[in-house]
Amino acid sequence: MNADIFLWLAQDGVTNGAIYALLALALLLVFAVTRVIFVPQGEFITFAALSLSMLEAGRVPGTIYILAIGGLAAAAIEGFGAARSRAWRRLPRIAALYVVLPLAVALLVAWAAPRKPDQWLQVLLVLAMVVPLGPIVYRVAYQPLASASVLVLFIASMAVHYVLVGLSLVFFGGEGLRSSPFWDARFKLGVLEVSAQSLWVLAASLVLIVALWLLFEHTIYGKALRATAINRVGARLVGIPTALTGQLSFLLAAFIGAVSGILIAPITTLYYDTGFIIGLKGFVGAILGGMASYPLAALGALGVGLLESFSSFWASAYKETIVFGLIVPVLVWLSLRSRHVEEEEERE
Amino acid sequence: MSAALELEGFSVAYGKVEALHHASLRVAEGAIVTVIGPNGAGKTTLLGAIMGLLPSKGRLHYAGAALEGAPTEERVARGMCLVPERRELFAELSVHDNLLLGGFHRRREGARALAADMAQVYARFPKLEERASQLAGTLSGGERQMLALGRALMAKPRLLLLDEPSLGLAPRIVREIYHIIADLKRTGVSMLLVEQNARAALQVADYAYVLEVGDIVLQGPAAELAGHPRVIETYLGLSSAAPRAGAS
Repeated sequence: MNADIFLWLAQDGVTNGAIYALLALALLLVFAVTRVIFVPQGEFITFAALSLSMLEAGRVPGTIYILAIGGLAAAAIEGFGAARSRAWRRLPRIAALYVVLPLAVALLVAWAAPRKPDQWLQVLLVLAMVVPLGPIVYRVAYQPLASASVLVLFIASMAVHYVLVGLSLVFFGGEGLRSSPFWDARFKLGVLEVSAQSLWVLAASLVLIVALWLLFEHTIYGKALRATAINRVGARLVGIPTALTGQLSFLLAAFIGAVSGILIAPITTLYYDTGFIIGLKGFVGAILGGMASYPLAALGALGVGLLESFSSFWASAYKETIVFGLIVPVLVWLSLRSRHVEEEEERE
Repeated sequence: MSAALELEGFSVAYGKVEALHHASLRVAEGAIVTVIGPNGAGKTTLLGAIMGLLPSKGRLHYAGAALEGAPTEERVARGMCLVPERRELFAELSVHDNLLLGGFHRRREGARALAADMAQVYARFPKLEERASQLAGTLSGGERQMLALGRALMAKPRLLLLDEPSLGLAPRIVREIYHIIADLKRTGVSMLLVEQNARAALQVADYAYVLEVGDIVLQGPAAELAGHPRVIETYLGLSSAAPRAGAS
């Protein structure tokens, strides 16, 4: 291997690693706040990437049906709950949030798609379709289980994952899609040729990480999320609603997933189920960080990106094996060191 | 006088084990009511269920409204606030942020109202102001209790539930805390005080209940109960240093 190849692999690794880092942060956030191991995170990547490609081709992305179905399911659950406790005043808000809003987004997309809007408008439409899915998924699948054990929540996650992948196949079909880059340029940096798209990825990741930091340090809602992660009972005692922090963390996770999907769409060809593997690599990063520290998780994810890139050069057939094989020693080390945090959480 | 809190036939169970049986209890508006009893009598369970942290059966009226089944955040928004025995602070957040989050349900009142209350809390607990930027987890036991109280005050409670506020604290700090409790009463806050330290509780309270193994076995005006032979024998004893003597 010469320096050219080394730098090229490193660039590739850092670009992918930055996306894994974003996903690792989202997984960690969701786990800390809700104790949910968010397996379906990858589906938001798929939905966003495929929606972007379809919008680019002037087709109506199937995401709008997923959004409408999810919204109606959430509205049914909320409406049933409100009717049972005779809280009729809640109905208008439920209808606005879970019926009118998703349908409005769906109609807007259906109207705009054949008109082939600018690329940045496409990105906004994708975010408008995918981000609301986060709180909707939380409302439908996880909120009724909010006080269940980590294991039960994990099983629910697997179920949600399969449902979403199934919907993905129904609405996107089996073909692979790739969107065109935002900025098709290459720069010479010494011997290294840097693609503009990987600069985009790095810049967007950095901006998102700084934005998350500002949210957690300087806003009452960010602090409420951290407080819930630190002490769930204390958070309830100061009146922070569990449902609010749950939906907020899922909203952020969906946003991060959607942004990752948008960033990755021009780099890789994505199929209806590709997001899962990408999300899983973010998960490996989060585990390398011990599922506890945000900076360590980001570093771990960056490491996963680099490892993946270099192993695809030396042993391309074993690329995934090497990356996922990394979990085993780390899990062994973590379980030898841990004091069974999960068991403590079971009773509340 | 009207009631701030009224419980009737109030039961709490952990699975099949009932920890509180058909308790009836009343806190008059602006009064301090204490529940004394040995370890494991169900005192903490009672407060947790009033706050909605534990599921309960029976009637729970607060400030004239039926709150059975209401989520904890709604009870907080209506002015109920619990200072738990384990404090339940946010250890990895600063003292300042802990206080700020105490006012979470008042977040729409605007930064100015919260800042004014924050200044009041700091005036009451100068120690907390000194440590404002320190992490809550680094505080001493007494400071933690002050932070727990301060965080509760940020919620502007109308009914304050206090679980063992003197537990594990030095006598000087206990006196300070009880001084604050008496002070809060003058501002019109109703309080339900759960204590093993019966002597201190009976001194500050208007009315008292004795809870043993999930049942209210005695009740009456605090001054009267302090002279009741059974209370003297089991809870006041000869030495105030042994409040646990009556553990059954």
